[in-house]
Amino acid sequence: MSGCALVLILGATSDIARAAARRYAACGHALILVARDATRLEDDAADLRLRFGGAVETRVCDLLDEASRAALLDSLSVLPGIVLCAVGLLGDQAEAERDPALAERIIGTNFTAPALVLGELANRMAGRGSGVLIGISSVAGERGRASNYLYGSAKAGFTAFLSGLRARMAGRGVRVVTVKPGFVRTRMTDGLNLPAPLTAGPEEVTAAILDAGRRGVDVVYVRPVWRLIMLVIRMLPEAVFKRVKL
Amino acid sequence: MRLSGWGRHPWADGALLAVRTGGDVTRRLRPAASLIARGNGRAYGDAALNPQGMLSMLPMDRLLAFDPATGLLTCEAGVTLADILAVFGPRGWFPVVTPGTKFVTIGGAIAADVHGKNHHRDGGFGAHVRSLDLALADGRVVTCGPGREPELFAATLGGMGLTGVILRASFRLRPIETAWIRQETRRAATLDDALALFEQSGDRSYSVAWIDALAGGASLGRSVLMLGEHAVASDLPAGLRAAPLVSGRRGTLRVPCDFPGCALNRHSVAAFNEAYYRLAVPGTRLVDLERFFYPLDALLDWNRLYGRRGFVQYQCVVPRAAAAGGLRRLLTATAASGLASFLAVLKLLGPQGAGLLSFPLDGYTLALDFPATAPVFALFRELDAIVADHGGRLYLAKDARMDAEALRRGYPELDRFLAARQAWGARSIFHSLQSRRLGI
Ligand SMILES: Cc1cc2nc3c(=O)[nH]c(=O)nc-3n(C[C@H](O)[C@H](O)[C@H](O)COP(=O)(O)OP(=O)(O)OC[C@H]3O[C@@H](n4cnc5c(N)ncnc54)[C@H](O)[C@@H]3O)c2cc1C
Ligand SMILES: NC(=O)c1ccc[n+]([C@@H]2O[C@H](COP(=O)([O-])OP(=O)(O)OC[C@H]3O[C@@H](n4cnc5c(N)ncnc54)[C@H](OP(=O)(O)O)[C@@H]3O)[C@@H](O)[C@H]2O)c1
Repeated sequence: MSGCALVLILGATSDIARAAARRYAACGHALILVARDATRLEDDAADLRLRFGGAVETRVCDLLDEASRAALLDSLSVLPGIVLCAVGLLGDQAEAERDPALAERIIGTNFTAPALVLGELANRMAGRGSGVLIGISSVAGERGRASNYLYGSAKAGFTAFLSGLRARMAGRGVRVVTVKPGFVRTRMTDGLNLPAPLTAGPEEVTAAILDAGRRGVDVVYVRPVWRLIMLVIRMLPEAVFKRVKL
Repeated sequence: MRLSGWGRHPWADGALLAVRTGGDVTRRLRPAASLIARGNGRAYGDAALNPQGMLSMLPMDRLLAFDPATGLLTCEAGVTLADILAVFGPRGWFPVVTPGTKFVTIGGAIAADVHGKNHHRDGGFGAHVRSLDLALADGRVVTCGPGREPELFAATLGGMGLTGVILRASFRLRPIETAWIRQETRRAATLDDALALFEQSGDRSYSVAWIDALAGGASLGRSVLMLGEHAVASDLPAGLRAAPLVSGRRGTLRVPCDFPGCALNRHSVAAFNEAYYRLAVPGTRLVDLERFFYPLDALLDWNRLYGRRGFVQYQCVVPRAAAAGGLRRLLTATAASGLASFLAVLKLLGPQGAGLLSFPLDGYTLALDFPATAPVFALFRELDAIVADHGGRLYLAKDARMDAEALRRGYPELDRFLAARQAWGARSIFHSLQSRRLGI
């Protein structure tokens, strides 16, 4: 991909995405930032412009809303070269078990909405014959756990979607990257007690994302130890898995 | 999370809550809460500690607006001076006031109304703040400045986070032509010589003295004075003129782990002081900005040099008229104690600014670093009495141990500050270990 492609960031107010935006802007990329909170987007955009001097646009969009999604896609007068999707919602599992509206929001935010937008962008990129799509999924999608299976199952769907899209786009000049960060210290995990050796900072995730974007890696585990941990978790027989509290 | 100030004494165990937006801050301000804002933890003592809750301002690190016509920068409170230097230095701008480390946040710089080596000419950081947004105890956000809610502004400058949480501020940067300082080094054999040199140098932009706090008798107060001016392009040798705003970036070293507490003892410090004094070659040379303003920043985590028990700094100011006698007594008591201060700095300060609890007043400030041990605390009590006798006071940003009485005697505007704290409802929520210790 050309060094200075236009970068579209979905979920731009996430801590991971903010760190990525700074990296991209530092490398001279123009940016379009997308999220729901207009004030935060404007402040972030002002920061990026002042620091790096490049072009930064913002789009307020609720990706769960079909009309809002369509308006976003319509507003893209130039098709981006790189799309980073950091949209996600952890949600409260216990609450979502009782509240179907919340369950639907978790599934929609982590799977359906990102999949629909990335799918459409992939079609357009295939038409042009170039592009990179980077989706932030999660190791939580590798096996449904009692403590967060709504989030996990939606991420599983998103991971499968990215994998299929990658296969379809192969040979059409469009690369699809799946990022599995493991634990990251962000707004999403504030107040959770995360084990330090397994927990990355947003900067570390960002470095892995940019590196994967450049090197053409398909699936990235930010800390390699997670590949091993998830292998073990996937291998546990269901009879055992049911009984361990994870 | 166990946290301390820069001196690693004392420690507090409490939640450090990251805030990313003004909304995050106001959501935390519930009626029963007890909180204090925390910047980059460079205050030495307990000013930014509260076991019941600390708001980490560091994620609020956005630069928001800059006007190259006036140098006015607006940014969030968690932006550090290091950040500003990295972004604006190469464009020819520099903070009008900077403390001796660039790793402080704008919130911390305002809350302590920090002073630099130019206080005698330019005043404190607060003198260059146009306005700031403050989140009050009841969740309202009020914009204040010299011309708007001036009493709240005056209480917030130097107010150590006790009026509310600074969310963002607008303040001035100064234009610079180069990233270099013309530094003149002069030696003063005695305290009187040092003070005379400062008095002669009142028109210099920057001045500071390193003072040998172990020297007694005839050498009491012997110092090395550093005077500085921003170099202009024509001051630079031809080789540097092509890129005057770029200085040689030197790497930083990290202190690998806690030093054994005895590494800095009377003998090692005395040897160092002797060598420093002898090797300070009088004359003028060019030094890069970072080396001139932040000599210690090249050694990251140098606070670990003091070992596990941590250290305390004693920074006081003595009014100019009483300075010669007061400093002599302070240095005599220190030298007589035999306790070794590794860092000892003497600076000239100008008149007091608007801040009700701002530290600077027209006079001389002396700063001494010691390991946090019992004999050191005993010496500090002796020094307190001398400071009080001479109408001086102690700096809250360095303090971990003064008592309520010392605060009251040193800060004549304390009652006005307390009234403002009461009027804006801040007493119910904003507390630090320091405010509790001082009963304010
Ligand atoms: C090596 C070194 C050299 C120094 N040299 C100097 C010097 O030359 N001159 C000088 O004046 N000081 C000096 N200092 C002290 C330092 O400048 C101050 O302590 C400054 O306040 C530290 O800023 P911080 O962001 O680390 O704040 P912290 O240490 O985290 O907090 C300091 C105070 O500011 C308050 N605060 C922080 N952020 C906010 C906010 N957003 N809203 C409200 N209150 C807030 C805190 O509650 C606390 O009371 C030096 C310190 C070091 C370590
Ligand atoms: N933190 C971790 O440990 C971790 C681990 C694995 C994977 N991840 C994944 O990494 C990504 C970034 O996460 P993060 O930790 O940085 O979390 P975050 O700060 O909560 O970010 C979530 C982002 O999604 C946006 N978003 C949510 N709902 C949206 C909607 N309906 N329309 C548009 N935007 C919406 C949010 O923007 P607004 O709210 O401003 O609109 C925000 O920018 C997520 O996909 C997350 O699942 C995180």
